Amino acid sequence: MRRDGTFIAVEVDDQSAADANLARKLTEACPVDIFAQGGGGLLEIVEKNLDECVLCRLCLDASPAGAVKIIKLYDDSAVLA
Amino acid sequence: MSILIDADTTFIVQGITGREAVNLTRECLDYGVGAKVVGGVTPGRLGREVHGVPVFDTVAQAVAHHGGRIDGSVVTVPPAFTKDAVFEAIENGIGLIVIVTERIPRRDVAEMVELATLRGARIIGPNCLGIIVPDVIKMGGIGGPAKNAAQAYTPGPIGVISRSGGMTTEMSSTLSAAGLGQSTAVSIGGDAIIGSTYAELMPLFEADEQTQGIVIYTEPGGRMEAELARWVTEQRSRLPIVAFMAGRFMDEMPGMSFGHAGTIVEGKEDTASEKITRLAQAGITVAERIEDIPGMIKDKIAQGSPA
Amino acid sequence: MRFFEFEAREVIKRAGIPVTDYGFTTDAAEAREIAQRIGGPTVIKSQVLTGGRMKAGGVRFADTPEEAESHAREILALEIGGHMPRGVLVDPKAEVEQEYYAGVVWDGIRKQPVMIFSPVGGIDIEQVAEEQPDKVGRRHFSNILPFSDFQAKEVIASTGVSGPELNKLVPILTRLAKVFVEHDMVLAEINPLGRLSDGSFVALDAHMDIENEARGRHRRLLADLGVGDEETRQAREATPFELAGELVDATDHRGVAGNVTEFDGNLGLVIGAGGGSLTLFDAVRAHGGEPANYCEIGGNPSVAKACGLAKLVLQKPGVDKIAVMMSIVSNTRVDIVARGVIKACLELGHDPGEKIAIFRIPGAWEEEGFKILERYGVDYADRSVSLNEAARRAVEKIQGVAA
Repeated sequence: MRRDGTFIAVEVDDQSAADANLARKLTEACPVDIFAQGGGGLLEIVEKNLDECVLCRLCLDASPAGAVKIIKLYDDSAVLA
Repeated sequence: MSILIDADTTFIVQGITGREAVNLTRECLDYGVGAKVVGGVTPGRLGREVHGVPVFDTVAQAVAHHGGRIDGSVVTVPPAFTKDAVFEAIENGIGLIVIVTERIPRRDVAEMVELATLRGARIIGPNCLGIIVPDVIKMGGIGGPAKNAAQAYTPGPIGVISRSGGMTTEMSSTLSAAGLGQSTAVSIGGDAIIGSTYAELMPLFEADEQTQGIVIYTEPGGRMEAELARWVTEQRSRLPIVAFMAGRFMDEMPGMSFGHAGTIVEGKEDTASEKITRLAQAGITVAERIEDIPGMIKDKIAQGSPA
Repeated sequence: MRFFEFEAREVIKRAGIPVTDYGFTTDAAEAREIAQRIGGPTVIKSQVLTGGRMKAGGVRFADTPEEAESHAREILALEIGGHMPRGVLVDPKAEVEQEYYAGVVWDGIRKQPVMIFSPVGGIDIEQVAEEQPDKVGRRHFSNILPFSDFQAKEVIASTGVSGPELNKLVPILTRLAKVFVEHDMVLAEINPLGRLSDGSFVALDAHMDIENEARGRHRRLLADLGVGDEETRQAREATPFELAGELVDATDHRGVAGNVTEFDGNLGLVIGAGGGSLTLFDAVRAHGGEPANYCEIGGNPSVAKACGLAKLVLQKPGVDKIAVMMSIVSNTRVDIVARGVIKACLELGHDPGEKIAIFRIPGAWEEEGFKILERYGVDYADRSVSLNEAARRAVEKIQGVAA
């Protein structure tokens, strides 16, 4: 799953996105509410908050390596992972 | 040397578990030789840690844990609780209190300052970013993260006193770029009543051998500049002073509040133009632009001309 | 927050300071009823938060209730210094033998309240202090020790007032000092304080200003007086643009994008922080620029808030370009503000490189911020460009547009 804002895009691999436990952890970790839990506790990316990303890496710390990618659209799509 | 604080200063952070206080603690620990933050206080959070700093319920517990007198406290608790926190610090023997909190009613500030005076303690702020001794220590959020603070502040001969926290950094950065470091920079706060005014800090700079000149940032509102002008004239200060006055446009708009809480033109004495006249009469050079300050203070120091 | 006279009188009445048997109304017919009840000559006083109401015709004397009604009708429709009156006060015309002054203000240098008294009242106390300095008594009092009558007695006696007057004045001044402290005031003034033919004293006018920061502690009083939370009572009333600015600042609790003040120029300003904004506003004007607004960003606002502020300014009629400038930031983030202002341009269909005359915010996260600005072709500057130089460049660009 990938969602794009103007400056920031977030990509979560499909297997991780289906993990309700990870969804909860990401929802708790993000200080600007980019992640939320939808029906069945599944992960949702809140598009209106994407550009609020402060590049704090807390979501990366809360998830297995490579599961979440933060993409800086303004910087040749540099990836925080 | 420096004024107010040095590498050995110990302090606590009251309200340490708040979001901004957590950042501030990190910044102080990282900057210079690393501040000796010996504890934090948040009622109900005894036993926690913030960046390795132990958290206590009371200042008394922090003092007992430290096993001796603690020099200072940075107070970052919400306005309704600030007075109590400052009283607690003073009554536990703390001698230097930096109040970061904004929007504290004047009466509370006046009570804190009067108690501090009775007990021989000193208050910096409220509504300030604290104190920095370049490359050595900072007490408060002044200059921001250690990396950013190091970019703006360098050691040297200039004492900086400013009613605006951000402008303390802007002016120091300009001085640093011109090769003029700072002995100590103090953000004194933007409120109508503050713990330490320009005139109250001058004797400390006067006694500091490293300091050769003073740069101040000021705004309309209040009579602190008149007090400074009087002090400089009466004491025949050895230190040349250059002042920058912001908010000149406010003279046309009496009764309107801009910038900081203390920045409002209420009478004819507190307008920008009146202050500029008073400062100039006391021999203080008033700069029109920040970039002119380094040249002006260099000239004054070279001439050996006191303020 | 300043009180109207009718509110200030209510406050001192509650404190036990004698006042006249006045009435407040917003209705001319009711003014007649009040005058009837008073019986005898009355004074009709406009209730406005501005000086010079006497000169403007906002204070008039009436011999009969009919006259009171017609004066009230005229005064209620009379604008004074850009303010419409809140209502009128109908006051008995007192037989005053002498007018006195009593006031309490803060002394920011001594950091204590100072009580001021003069047997010369009814005029500006600063004028009395200049012309008859021996007729003005001043005395500071402690913030911590309880106030005691002798302090009032000393300040009154220092002006040469003695006899029964002194003894009648002491409790009035003591109560005024307590009103000042207990209500977190920055000004509490009775002027004139009249001595009537029977020797009694009565407050004939009062000015009071309660500190905005302390409003929360006096909700009950403010509710009793009918003062709404939304009433700011600034020197001039907020414009729709300024009210929209307050809404932007209330978007969320992250940081500040506040104190939006309207001016009538063509250069929109997205500036901060407190001291930086004052410095930048001066600099823009020093270079001949005409700001469309004043504002203060600080405390690390969200992208949404910075965007909202920039949009508000960009949409203001007559604004050609915006200048985004701050003193070196250590808490607010350069990249977050950059995202906000660029987003505002994009959402309004503008080219950020065209609409943003200059972006000068050095400091925290500047590397990241500068990358964003480069990507969108926005002219930016680092700390080597002074606030003054940034303002000059912004003015130069906007004047290029105008020419």
